[in-house]
Amino acid sequence: MRHRVVADLSGLPICGNRRSSPSWWGTLAFMLIEGTGFALAIGVYLYLAGLAPVWPPAVPPDLAAGSGVTLVLLASLMPNLLLGRWAEAKDLRRVRLGLLVMLGFGILPLVLRAYEFQAFHVGWDDSAYGSIVWFLLGLHTTHLLSDLIETAVLAALMFTRHADNPRRYGDVKDEVTYWNFVVATWLPVYACLYWGPRL
Amino acid sequence: MGGWQSALAPGGASAEAILGLFWPVVALLGLIWLLVLLVLGAGLLRRAGSQVPRQAYLVIGAATIGTVLVIIGLTTASYLVTRPIAAAAEAPLVVQLRGLQWWWQVTYREEGEAAAFVTANELHLPLGRPVRLELSAEDVIHSFWVPNLAGKQDMIPGRDNVLHLTATTPGTYRAQCAEFCGMQHAHMALLVVVEPAEDFARWRAAQAAPVPAEALAAEGRRVFEQRPCGACHTVRGTTAAGGTGPDLTHLASRGTLAAGLLPMTRGALAAWIADPQTLKPGNNMPLVPLSADELQALTAWLASLR
Amino acid sequence: MIPDQRDMGLDDAALQAALRRVWSSRGGLLGALASVDHKTVGRRYIVTAFAFLLLGGVLAMLMRWQLAQPEARLMGPDRYNQVFTMHGTNMMFLFAVPVMEAMGGYLVPLMVGTRNIAFPRLNAFSYWVYLFGGLLLWGAFLLDMGPDVGWFAYVPLSGPQYAAGKRADIWAQMITFTEVSALAVAVEIVVTVFKQRAPGMSLDRMPLFVWAMLVTAFIIIVAMPAIVTASTALILDRLVGTHFFNPAEGGDVLLWQHLFWFFGHPEVYIIFVPAVGMVSAIIGTFCRRPVFGYLAMVLALVGIALLSFGLWVHHMFTTGLPRLGESFFTASSMAIAVPSGLQIFCWLATLWGAQPRMAVPMLYVLAFFFTFVLGGMTGVMVASVPLDTQLHDSYFVVAHFHYVLIGGAVFPLLGAIHYWFPKVTGRMMREVTGRWACGMIFLGFNLAFFPMHILGLWGMPRRVYTYQPELPWAGLNLFASVSSVLLAGGFLLFFWNAWRSARHGAPAGDDPWGGPTLEWATSSPPPPWNFTRIPVVESVSPLWDAREALPVAEGLRLDRRELLITSLMDATPEARDSSPQDSIWPLLAAIATSVMLIWSIFTPWAVVWGSIPVAITLIGWFWPRGTPEDES
Ligand code: HEA
Ligand code: HEA
Ligand code: HEC
Ligand code: CUA
Ligand SMILES: [Cu+2]
Repeated sequence: MRHRVVADLSGLPICGNRRSSPSWWGTLAFMLIEGTGFALAIGVYLYLAGLAPVWPPAVPPDLAAGSGVTLVLLASLMPNLLLGRWAEAKDLRRVRLGLLVMLGFGILPLVLRAYEFQAFHVGWDDSAYGSIVWFLLGLHTTHLLSDLIETAVLAALMFTRHADNPRRYGDVKDEVTYWNFVVATWLPVYACLYWGPRL
Repeated sequence: MGGWQSALAPGGASAEAILGLFWPVVALLGLIWLLVLLVLGAGLLRRAGSQVPRQAYLVIGAATIGTVLVIIGLTTASYLVTRPIAAAAEAPLVVQLRGLQWWWQVTYREEGEAAAFVTANELHLPLGRPVRLELSAEDVIHSFWVPNLAGKQDMIPGRDNVLHLTATTPGTYRAQCAEFCGMQHAHMALLVVVEPAEDFARWRAAQAAPVPAEALAAEGRRVFEQRPCGACHTVRGTTAAGGTGPDLTHLASRGTLAAGLLPMTRGALAAWIADPQTLKPGNNMPLVPLSADELQALTAWLASLR
Repeated sequence: MIPDQRDMGLDDAALQAALRRVWSSRGGLLGALASVDHKTVGRRYIVTAFAFLLLGGVLAMLMRWQLAQPEARLMGPDRYNQVFTMHGTNMMFLFAVPVMEAMGGYLVPLMVGTRNIAFPRLNAFSYWVYLFGGLLLWGAFLLDMGPDVGWFAYVPLSGPQYAAGKRADIWAQMITFTEVSALAVAVEIVVTVFKQRAPGMSLDRMPLFVWAMLVTAFIIIVAMPAIVTASTALILDRLVGTHFFNPAEGGDVLLWQHLFWFFGHPEVYIIFVPAVGMVSAIIGTFCRRPVFGYLAMVLALVGIALLSFGLWVHHMFTTGLPRLGESFFTASSMAIAVPSGLQIFCWLATLWGAQPRMAVPMLYVLAFFFTFVLGGMTGVMVASVPLDTQLHDSYFVVAHFHYVLIGGAVFPLLGAIHYWFPKVTGRMMREVTGRWACGMIFLGFNLAFFPMHILGLWGMPRRVYTYQPELPWAGLNLFASVSSVLLAGGFLLFFWNAWRSARHGAPAGDDPWGGPTLEWATSSPPPPWNFTRIPVVESVSPLWDAREALPVAEGLRLDRRELLITSLMDATPEARDSSPQDSIWPLLAAIATSVMLIWSIFTPWAVVWGSIPVAITLIGWFWPRGTPEDES
């Protein structure tokens, strides 16, 4: 078929804002998938709770570790926000700093998480209650872990020659969005696991 | 139509009500199907302009509204048919039915004069009397389905279900497990005998009785008690009191052997005991090695347990 | 290579030479394994899926052979249970869902006028994962370790107590493979459709097939996590002793059914909705008019998608849930007839007086009407609680779902293969052979499956490896089995036709059917860069309205793989973005993932140790290489 040129694209930016970045949309789609996963897991918790004559079958969980994780995660939102701003401003030095700080905020909840598993006084193979508690905690821990690795790789990348590149700053912004998601998914899980049994 | 295991030949109130819904629905939906094909055919034969006429919007709108109305009608009709089926009747006969891989345990509870007893693989119901079947499962999910009498109901570990039914035509019907339950799902059948109240009462009294004294004297009983049979089977009146296999107290009174696998004959019985794993591969009764004499005696004795 | 070289002012030959340099895959085996061209991947996907159809079909023929007479001895129960489970699992997870996604992965980028799918490496990865999942399942079957618990693997039968050995684990892990690949493709399709449409292709100018694939991708995104949750919980119950489904410890057997069908019902629409898009594409082209009621068609697709999440309980009508709740699910299930009907009515209006060209794709569409509407009607019947208590788990249901699966999805798919074959291969499929195959499949199918309705009503339960002569089922079963040979013969003819035509078919040219959508604007088969210049779209049927010359845009770079990003609603150009180069890392990542998943059937530690190579390969995949694609 013959062609008739009607438009010239040569003036377009080579890397648009976030809405025009496929990887941002990809991140959103993966968040939708994982968000549905969390919703379902919470659904399973409530379903099992609804069937059980007593819930939780053991004592309610100790609050300390879980609340600690919650506080740390909430506190991390601030540096995360800043990191997003710095990435927006393409400020390489601060982005490096921000990533290192976020690396710390990735490790801290994982340490507390180790205590959290004990706060429930139940093994995964003791009862269905134990199973779903470990499942929810495990699901969220996987997100913490994989995000931690991602942050680490990204931080390493920012110290190489590939760093000063709008594409990398885009990656950092996606990472910031994803961390917000990891925090956001924890809140309903926390409410469900720790405060549900106290209602 | 279709015989003793067919939804099209109802012998019970529920099955009748369902069939009463079934045929009109088939007719209505069949008609709509034909209509779609007729419109398709007419449209293909027709010659028209290159555009779809505007009135098409009206026709499509009308057809869609028609669909909505049909759907509302069918939903209402379904609901109305469900209600009486699910309803509990006054003073029903209560029978407990438990599904196991791959046979049925049947427990009749004490009622008035009648004593409680346990049997297997055959259900007797009095004609015209409402029955409440309490369904449970031992191992995996099974499903109780006598198409001639009622729709099916699953038997689920950890959940107890109830099925209400009333048989309206005497006869022998066949039920078959409808939920896939492993190796021998295909051979998990149950006979349902619907008989007049007097016959039912007679049967019930006979089943409740232990093994008659003359049978206790037989050689076969000795084999049965000495061999591991009693570890799994109960024969009331003997020392055999196992619970993982069917109760054999009145085995020979049943129509079939091993959950519908074979007709209840002496030959079949011998064949079964000699090699259950070839006849019903994978089932939970092991081959118990017996001498020819032992087998002979055992079979004769079991065949006498009426 | 000159940096920032543009495509303006070049003649076609020079332009194509430049595009070839950056977009072509390298030759040789390594080049083939590293390719991330959506057409290469899509072709592999489609061919693999049809290979699984053939294998699944052979299993089906074995079942029909076994069931042809009472107490047949072709197979014992153990083998038969593996065979029907393999047949169902294979057909659903390895044939029907992947083939639909593959058609989308191949066609959507072409239909929206872009140069490659979004996240092409993920696309390559998803193919490899899918292939390895399929090999795992079939390998296990050949080793007599095929799953034997049915395609929905109800607990407790599939749980730790009653399914000893590894068979059920293999089923659950195979599910994980297909989940991963399906989700990946869904994300790619969503982003491709959202951000890579040709300039001017606003949402209301998207081909209906693209709409169908977009809706399907969203169904996948929301439905698949349920089966992820379910199969993970099952594996945990089996492997480390959790109690999700163990009633003795507070778990619940029906929880599995809820989770499975919350996925499983939408799953059947994941298969059906793309098929609907294919029907629309074929009808539009062969009637030479746009499908009537575009907006209604789109709304119907969206309606089906939304409703499909509200009726999973109709698979559980006999489990003893509260009656009133079940009646709600009767209503919602039947409500699907409204959008389905709406589509049927719009197609009928399009066909009305159009004198369509009766080539093979159109014949399959007619076969679709006959068969799918009938299957839809039996669907409405099983949606009624009282009727379903009789019909559930009987051969009536087997008949229902083959009518909708084969009539509703496979017939349109076969039509679509005939329709797009010239685009993919550059050659036409032979028409006469195609007609014979279509006739045999249509006739063989109906003769084989219609009697199953009656068998179900006569009380024949599904999933029985044999039945006794005292039951009146022998005659109809024999009839169904003999007819299925006709059906298989038709399929065989179809396969043969495709095979021969790919080699010796008549050359097709760019646009053999006079289609309206963009894939027909490029050569057959399309070059690795799809479009030499990016088309500009001004209507739903750009090629019909273009008359003598297609409006195009230019200004993209030639020194790297570059494509156009446009806005979500109106597809106004927003940016030029790069598309990744070929890479072997997706294959390596897929191998690492497969090793981890298969290993984890044997020990939970595999998840820990196995994730290390996965992480390494992912880093290799994403680490920038300083190529022009990495520039900004
Ligand atoms: C492509 C796949 C596909 C499609 C499209 C459908 C479509 C439908 N299905 Fe089907 N179904 C399956 C695949 C599919 N199904 C499978 C695989 C199973 C079994 C799983 C298993 O157990 O192994 C199953 C099982 C199944 C069950 C469970 C049965 C049981 O196990 O007891 C039910 C119950 O409600 C059901 C209902 C429906 C309904 C109402 C539709 C509707 O969408 C149909 C709507 C279409 C029409 C009605 C025709 C067109 C409309 C008109 C011409 C308008 C006029 C119509 C009227 C007025 C009625 N299906
Ligand atoms: C898209 C999905 C799909 C497709 C295409 C098919 C295709 C076929 N199916 Fe299947 N089927 C299912 C999905 C599908 N099925 C599902 C989900 C189940 C439920 C499983 C479960 O209960 O868990 C099922 C169950 C099922 C059963 C019930 C088993 C049971 O409950 O015990 C039967 C029985 O007849 C059957 C038959 C067939 C036949 C004859 C075909 C034919 O159409 C196949 C025709 C194709 C070929 C034959 C291949 C090509 C031809 C050749 C290679 C020729 C040479 C070969 C020979 C002559 C041997 N299927
Ligand atoms: C380990 C347990 C076990 C032992 C030991 C055992 N059985 Fe069984 N038996 C079963 C089970 C389980 C069934 C039900 C099989 C089925 O139908 O799937 C059965 C079924 C039967 C039936 C058919 C019952 C019916 O209702 O149709 C007979 C008769 C029988 N056994 C006799 C015997 C005899 C005689 C012996 C000893 C020689 C014996 N069994 C030993 C477990 C056992
Ligand atoms: Cu019991 Cu099937
Ligand atoms: Cu469904």
